[in-house]
Amino acid sequence: MYSQGLIGADGRTEEDETFLEAFQKRIDAEEKIEPKDAMPEGYRRTLIRQIGQHAHSEIVGMLPEGNWITRAPTLKRKAALLAKVQDEGGHGLYLYAAAETLGVSRAQMTEELHSGKAKYSSIFNYPTLSWADIGAIGWLVDGAAIMNQIPLCRCSFGPYARAMIRICKEESFHQRQGYEIMLTLCRGTPEQKEMAQDALNRFWWPALMMFGPHDKDSAHSEQSMKWKIKRFSNDQLRQKFIDATVPQAEYLGLSVPDPELHWDPELNDGKGGYRHGPIDWDEFWRVVKGDGAMNRDRINARRRAWEEGAWVREAALAHAEKQRSRAAKLAAE
Amino acid sequence: MTDEMPLWEVFIRPRNGLAHKHVGSVHAADATLALDAARDVYTRRGEGNSIWVVPSAAITASDPEHADETFDPTADKIYRHPTFYEIPEDVGHM
Repeated sequence: MYSQGLIGADGRTEEDETFLEAFQKRIDAEEKIEPKDAMPEGYRRTLIRQIGQHAHSEIVGMLPEGNWITRAPTLKRKAALLAKVQDEGGHGLYLYAAAETLGVSRAQMTEELHSGKAKYSSIFNYPTLSWADIGAIGWLVDGAAIMNQIPLCRCSFGPYARAMIRICKEESFHQRQGYEIMLTLCRGTPEQKEMAQDALNRFWWPALMMFGPHDKDSAHSEQSMKWKIKRFSNDQLRQKFIDATVPQAEYLGLSVPDPELHWDPELNDGKGGYRHGPIDWDEFWRVVKGDGAMNRDRINARRRAWEEGAWVREAALAHAEKQRSRAAKLAAE
Repeated sequence: MTDEMPLWEVFIRPRNGLAHKHVGSVHAADATLALDAARDVYTRRGEGNSIWVVPSAAITASDPEHADETFDPTADKIYRHPTFYEIPEDVGHM
């Protein structure tokens, strides 16, 4: 579902010039890099961090929506939401598998999420207060994620690109089910429409922040672009998202909570686009650094799930071991 | 904990007549659980009708460092291809 502009990538690398040039040549020729290929340490580190953050975002992203499964208004909505949350779990697992090919263990990634060392998309540190939030998340949050993720299907690292292709195929259902929830609310009673507007008001700015800091403040983006881990800059993707989403909000009859939002014919090389007002980056960093409304809840929920599932993992391993030793004994007889 | 949880590579056959293709991996204590996990993770939308799981540790891979000497010799053996041989047009399709 939900990736976000990478936080704190460190693309520094110490290989010699010949090696780096040869590697860059492969990248420039659009060759995919596979796990066992020689690669600069900075490339490996950046990818582990990015794929890890992405995987954690999928897993933590199950929580705000999971909150509404038992309270979905109809059986149809409940079935769809369950399927969506299950997809997010699946996406997290594809991505963990892709990250593991780079030599990081699942245990280490899990540990770093639980200790707060690893980041995940800041959008999940906002609470889901009403059913309309489920609509807004599908429409805006999955919508923003799709903008981010489609170019990742062409990422230079093979396993990540392959995982993203699977994810993008499944993602389109997520956004459409969200928009349909919004549409149903907007065609309902005035109170229902008000709920939809309230959800848009709360999720619009956090959705824009999902693309990460402005290009001028995004120190490591350039190296990621050069290595073709990233294909478009944070600001380019954000602009695409705004241009696609504003007409969708108009169709719903909702207003985007940005008084400065206006059509600017100069934008997008003269093709025109929506210019947005200033984004509150202090809020963004506050949430990234742990002070969002839900940061503690999210990590606690993950930790609890992990700890309470420990006996299942232990039992499964003990059972496997017993089967193995029985088979070995039989073979020896 | 998961360090002990073995890794399995997952292969799926989209339909009869095609080969099983690698799709990713799962962690599981044994083969039965690996199959269950692979079904849940990789076949939620009719992706296939058959799954293989193979312990990742059981796979022996060629070394990418030696890719040149392993695979390049095929490039100069053009006589392995049908277009290397000249057959008069009058003979017809062959």
